[in-house]
Amino acid sequence: MSTLRIDNTSRWFGNVVAVNDVTMTIGPGVTGLLGPNGAGKSTLINMMGGFLAPSNGTVTLDGAQIWRNESVYRQIGVVPEREAMYDFLTGREFVVANAELHGLGAKEAQRALATVEMEYAQDRKVSTYSKGMRQRVKMASALVHDPSVLLLDEPFNGMDPRQRMQLMDLLRRMGAEGRTVLFSSHILEEVEQLASHIEVIVAGRHAASGDFRRIRRLMTDRPHRYLVRSSDDRALAAALIADPSTAGIEVDLAEGALRIQAVDFGRFTELLPKVAREHSIRLLTVSPSDESLESVFSYLVAA
Amino acid sequence: MYNPTVARLTYRAVLGRRRAAILFVLPGLLLLIAAAVRGFNGADDQVAADVLGGFAIATMVPLIGVIAGTGSIGPEIDDGSIVYLLAKPVKRPTIIFTKLIVAIAVTMAFSAVPTFIAGYILNGNGQQVAIAYTVAALVASIAYSALFLLLGTVSRHAVVIGLVYALVWETLFGSLVPGARTLSVQQWSLALAEKIGGEGLIGSDVGLPAAVALLAGVTVAATWYAGQKLRVLKLAGEE
Repeated sequence: MSTLRIDNTSRWFGNVVAVNDVTMTIGPGVTGLLGPNGAGKSTLINMMGGFLAPSNGTVTLDGAQIWRNESVYRQIGVVPEREAMYDFLTGREFVVANAELHGLGAKEAQRALATVEMEYAQDRKVSTYSKGMRQRVKMASALVHDPSVLLLDEPFNGMDPRQRMQLMDLLRRMGAEGRTVLFSSHILEEVEQLASHIEVIVAGRHAASGDFRRIRRLMTDRPHRYLVRSSDDRALAAALIADPSTAGIEVDLAEGALRIQAVDFGRFTELLPKVAREHSIRLLTVSPSDESLESVFSYLVAA
Repeated sequence: MYNPTVARLTYRAVLGRRRAAILFVLPGLLLLIAAAVRGFNGADDQVAADVLGGFAIATMVPLIGVIAGTGSIGPEIDDGSIVYLLAKPVKRPTIIFTKLIVAIAVTMAFSAVPTFIAGYILNGNGQQVAIAYTVAALVASIAYSALFLLLGTVSRHAVVIGLVYALVWETLFGSLVPGARTLSVQQWSLALAEKIGGEGLIGSDVGLPAAVALLAGVTVAATWYAGQKLRVLKLAGEE
């Protein structure tokens, strides 16, 4: 059982702050590191993996500093996001080399290849592998020394649904065995399916932490904005503002549309068509105007 | 200090790349020149010394040093695959030292061996010319490997910088500008050759004690510094 601790950690590159005063503890089980692209997830994972020094604060594994400490790799397995590996080797040669660097041998390599179900292609050159196969061999290389901590940077990128499911099963199993598994993703559904615990990172800041139900609720309970066009905008606006699910409606004359701010997402989505029918108003356009992941996340930061 | 797995991966990386073709082309060219000179000119000690000094030591050895030295670490850092070496309980200086040994072995094999053969073709090792330049190639291999390995660790443009150094500094300035000669691996290694070869055949601007000290100093310092740089290496391609 291992615990990663990040304490008041910041990391900047020149003038750019990639990670801003983050504190979190990652214990056994599967944890998802969720955030939009460029939020600082990779920077955080690189600091936890010992590939980047924190500019400020400390990153430790069971109390031991990770930066400039090769001995932590006896406990940590790393699955990098980047594709490059030793393409001129076969899958088996690659995993055996990784085992040897841990002072292990062919037996452990074979076991790791079996775990990721890559034995059937182990004698092919890595350069001939598909993205999913590469990902699995990378997994095997990270698992070869039976680590108690597994760090994965965007492991599902470019995987097909079946490979995705297999990897999720594998990671779930690792988590259930009491390993500390941390993976990053910018896709909420991925994290929701796999992680029991979620850490949300937005623009370098630690935006939320907890189980996925709480995070999900935070995300759906936020005010939603809609752009609505109808056969009678003003009548519709009058009818909608009477209901407590809306907080504000603007008649945008230039656009010829209504801008509606809803505070109760569930209730509003039921209300809108009902009100329209009752008043014989035709709805021409109903579009959420801030559904991008970034806006969802930035709401979390403000919350 | 030496890790056989790192060595195996490095050998395959250096010799498996397309760039490795130069490792075969240059020695081939040297042997071709040697055979042609011998064929047209007959055996001549001064001509033998000029060919070995002018092409083998001044051009071939540094170029092969660039390919082997930068090639044993640069590409891995560029594409990020070095992460698989770094994420292991292996000391970073051990990785550098192992890669240095591989770079030296490759540079020696592809520069000193052909130099020796070319020397025999040119004048049958008369006046110890073949031996002298082979020794120069061997010691230069060590210093170049260390220098270019460091270059490959600290710069993404290691090959270009290495080529500029090898061709412009060593070949051009090293041969023409007197001041530059004291700071030239080529001249240091020639100081050794000078002692071995026949009287007046081989010249160096650096005295032997200074040359040996500089060769050893540069090799040790470059290797140590490369080890330190690898300990704090930031992997490229981050946000």
